[in-house]
Amino acid sequence: MTTTTVREALKDAMAEEMRRDESVFLMGEEVAEYQGAYKVSQGLLDEFGDKRVVDTPITEHGFAGLAVGAAFGGLKPIVEFMTFNFAMQAIDQIINSAAKTLYMSGGQMGCPIVFRGPNGAAARVGAQHSQCYASWYAHCPGLKVVAPYSAGDAKGLMKAAIRDPNPVIFLENEITYGHEFDDVSDDEDHIIPIGKAKIVREGKDVTIVAFSIMVMYALEAAEKLAKEGIDAEVIDLRTIRPLDKETVINSVKKTNRLVSVEEGWPTCGIGSELSAIMMEDAFDYLDAPVARVAGVDVPLPYAENLEELALPRAKDIVKAAKKVCYKL
Amino acid sequence: MVASKTSKKDLLAYYEKMLLIRRFEERAGQLYGMGLIGGFCHLYIGQEAVVIGIKAAAREDDSFVTSYRDHGHMLACDMDPKGVMAELTGRADGYSRGKGGSMHMFSREKNFYGGHGIVGAQIPIGAGLAFSHKYMNEDRICFTFMGDGASNQGQVAETYNMAALWNLPVVFVIENNKYGMGTSVNRACAGETLYGRATAYGIEGRQVDGQDVLAVKQATEDAIAHIKAGKGPVVLEMMTYRYRGHSMSDPAKYRAKEEVEDMKTNSDPIVRLKGLLMSDHKTSEDELQAIDKNIVAIVKEAVEFAKESPLPDESELYTDVLK
Repeated sequence: MTTTTVREALKDAMAEEMRRDESVFLMGEEVAEYQGAYKVSQGLLDEFGDKRVVDTPITEHGFAGLAVGAAFGGLKPIVEFMTFNFAMQAIDQIINSAAKTLYMSGGQMGCPIVFRGPNGAAARVGAQHSQCYASWYAHCPGLKVVAPYSAGDAKGLMKAAIRDPNPVIFLENEITYGHEFDDVSDDEDHIIPIGKAKIVREGKDVTIVAFSIMVMYALEAAEKLAKEGIDAEVIDLRTIRPLDKETVINSVKKTNRLVSVEEGWPTCGIGSELSAIMMEDAFDYLDAPVARVAGVDVPLPYAENLEELALPRAKDIVKAAKKVCYKL
Repeated sequence: MVASKTSKKDLLAYYEKMLLIRRFEERAGQLYGMGLIGGFCHLYIGQEAVVIGIKAAAREDDSFVTSYRDHGHMLACDMDPKGVMAELTGRADGYSRGKGGSMHMFSREKNFYGGHGIVGAQIPIGAGLAFSHKYMNEDRICFTFMGDGASNQGQVAETYNMAALWNLPVVFVIENNKYGMGTSVNRACAGETLYGRATAYGIEGRQVDGQDVLAVKQATEDAIAHIKAGKGPVVLEMMTYRYRGHSMSDPAKYRAKEEVEDMKTNSDPIVRLKGLLMSDHKTSEDELQAIDKNIVAIVKEAVEFAKESPLPDESELYTDVLK
């Protein structure tokens, strides 16, 4: 295992897969000469040249559609959105063309493509640049949706996403790009399978399910809860679709309590889905109603104090966990 | 029609293919009326010379992609009329096993990449196919079709820009049939021409008589030569006309009956080619009737096949969502 940042792990994953498979290429705004708006593609142009690391104009709908066509034509595009906020311009191509065509063609037209980029709030960039799209994409059959937290998971899942024959939405997080983790494998064939959650902290009193940067706050909350005598289990979903129900349900069978955490809005969110799964598949194991921790149901404000209030933090998770443990 | 150096044999082949599309679409319209075809069904009648003229100039491995008015393109790409008709009826033997329908059909084997239902979505996809051809040094061209209505989509401008920047081997074919659903071109499209918008990106373009299969073929040959010379993508604006409504549910009250009759009488692509075959190539009525009879039989066989093919098995509901 090596210690690297999430940023380097993502870059290493892309570079390794590009070395391994000539049909893999990266395209997006500022990915080549500028070395990536967030430097995730640093060095790739030097190694692979401008045929395989392609700077696009600011034309999200166009280049997303073009990449889908390239995938139909036999290539394996990695499409970087500078942030997923801009992918809303391209969402028709992602859903209607990339996700649905395999089905509509009776299985003929596979679309091996990765759409990746930072998702969710960064810091002080306002409502239009601060949205979590996990539940948007997770809604759609024909897509896989991945949102890792650690660098090792980012690398292993990025490699899995590139090798996957289906369209994969790969949700990164700008704030964690610079975070270091010591869980990064050096093995070029180390793949983390899509669809498997990970228990990142074992506990017996309450299950906290989170993904992406919210895992950081969930772990922080678990430490605080431990000081108050509550032993929390923290699950990093890693993949949002297909959701690893089994790992969550098995944990709830043990703890009998569930807190879901997401940065996105609560309505029809991942927490709503987890709540439904609990109702359908784990109802008899619950000792308390599921608690949802989510972003406040408003467009994200700019002001420092309001932004802090709008986003889920460890204290919110602590409060929810205590509530489901009836210790508030 | 343009003066022809094309052999009689080739002309007869175009005639046969155009007639296949015409008769196929007529029967599709009937099956729709009988309730055997559901949903949307957009017929290509009147526009046959466009796709056949292009196919006549294209290489067999060139790729084709179009919108939802796609039956003609599939037949031009030599997809089996039985499989196309069975998809229209939503049956197990259709090209998409009954899961795509009229607007969503594909054949990798025949280099036909759809069949796309969202107006304009096929345009960057076509440029992407061209990107893949170039990336893999395949020396193939992608023929990317759109209607006059789609030419107003933002994706078209986005795609022209990238195609020109990256010198992609793509021919954009605008089938200007004068109406985007119920809105005439002059009510929807600013500017003198549709191809002219591409010239702003340095893309070569021109208008072509889309009712003249040989004019279409010639323009396509020129476009191919332009691309092979490394001069970049081309836009061909095919001036054509659809005889039927936008879809089967459109009575087409936005245009005068006289206008349609005038096109049918004076600009029908099949009648024009027939005239050329008879005048310049001494083709007899009997010869042409024999072709017609053969086509009617092929289409009849396709209809029978499409009626008899079973509905997809219920287990098909869950297959092909992911690979």
